[in-house]
Amino acid sequence: MTRLWTIVQRDLRLALRQGSDSLMVVGFFVLTVTLFPFGLGPETNLLERTSSGILWVTALLASMLSLDRLFLADYEDGSLELLTLTPTTLEILVIGKVMAHWLTTALPVMAAAPILALLLHLQEDGFATLMLTLLLGTPTLSLIGAMGAALVLGARRGGVLLSLLILPLYIPVLIFAVGAVDAAVQGLPVKGHLLILGGILLAALPLAPLATVAAVRQAVE
Amino acid sequence: MNAAIFSAENLTCRRSDHLVFRGLGFEVPVGGALILLGPNGSGKSSLLRLLAGLLKSETGSLSWGGEKLSSDREAHAGRLHYLGHQDALKPVLTVRENLLFWARLHEPTVADAVVDAALAALTLTSLADLPAKLLSAGQKRRLALSRLLAAKAPLWLLDEPSVGLDVASVARLEAMIAEHRSAGGIVILSTHVELDLPGAEQLHLGSFAP
Repeated sequence: MTRLWTIVQRDLRLALRQGSDSLMVVGFFVLTVTLFPFGLGPETNLLERTSSGILWVTALLASMLSLDRLFLADYEDGSLELLTLTPTTLEILVIGKVMAHWLTTALPVMAAAPILALLLHLQEDGFATLMLTLLLGTPTLSLIGAMGAALVLGARRGGVLLSLLILPLYIPVLIFAVGAVDAAVQGLPVKGHLLILGGILLAALPLAPLATVAAVRQAVE
Repeated sequence: MNAAIFSAENLTCRRSDHLVFRGLGFEVPVGGALILLGPNGSGKSSLLRLLAGLLKSETGSLSWGGEKLSSDREAHAGRLHYLGHQDALKPVLTVRENLLFWARLHEPTVADAVVDAALAALTLTSLADLPAKLLSAGQKRRLALSRLLAAKAPLWLLDEPSVGLDVASVARLEAMIAEHRSAGGIVILSTHVELDLPGAEQLHLGSFAP
């Protein structure tokens, strides 16, 4: 467990000193979302109806933007092979890296989301649910994304390949997250959607690191 | 002569379709050293990676203390230090932070004094608070070598450890290895320069070429 904290701490420190990844992700999120009112026109009804979808699709793309760096830097400077030689289960280290990724990319996106939701005229009733879906959904995105990031290590043009691999796997999260927000706006119960989102997270929590570890071991061979 | 503690028999290494070596075996006693010799591409690095557990041998087995190393990666990882061609340093972290990270991963309870001693042993103390990106190639190598001292492990696998080091640092490396061996540690290394390792055995990889 101390090792988990050691690696989270290092990745947070790296992100803080380099700074670019988090800023890039939030910048992309904010800019892309603000493009929609321009593209769709200022009609409030249309924006209101599409806002949850816009926010979630953009959040999903933003989270993917930084994924290819997740293991690549460690892979290139030889750190990754040393990490696989740490006397602990590699899953712990992978979970640590995913946690750091979530803290540095998803958390800033979540902070920006309510302001952008205002811009898109999301109805008041949807705000709490939007934040809840982000809280439950984005860790799953990071977990699944780590799997893809490890798989494309060593591949040329890994970034493009990564999106092809990962985006289809993001669809369930997207469906139930947007479904929950829409239900909340219409005054329908949201519990079912949230439970499914939580369920997906619970399934990804043990399974995705297992697959990630297998891919990492393959990459350093 | 001590009993062999680390031994290998009948190792075969294949990189994609290319057979690098086969039928390779050796024994290293407590406090022993093994120097891997051979031309470029003869499989020195592959053998070291194989001994570290990064690669799998197609045949044969490795033993530690008479027991076969089976699938228990963690136990094996806990007893070895591997130094590859890359120094695995983060340019934006300071020298001390880089070392502390690896030492803590290896041994979560490592004391600050041990880390400072490791820095001092490779004359990095005055650079401890500089970001690693400001180091020269030789200084980076010394920082990578300081990992070996900051967390204890009986088996050192060193892939050309002297690359980029000046004469004084090579002498320090030799002293490090001598001390490690006198404490019962084992060193297996590949090198293209003469290192003063008394009583070291040599393994010519050329003789295991297919």
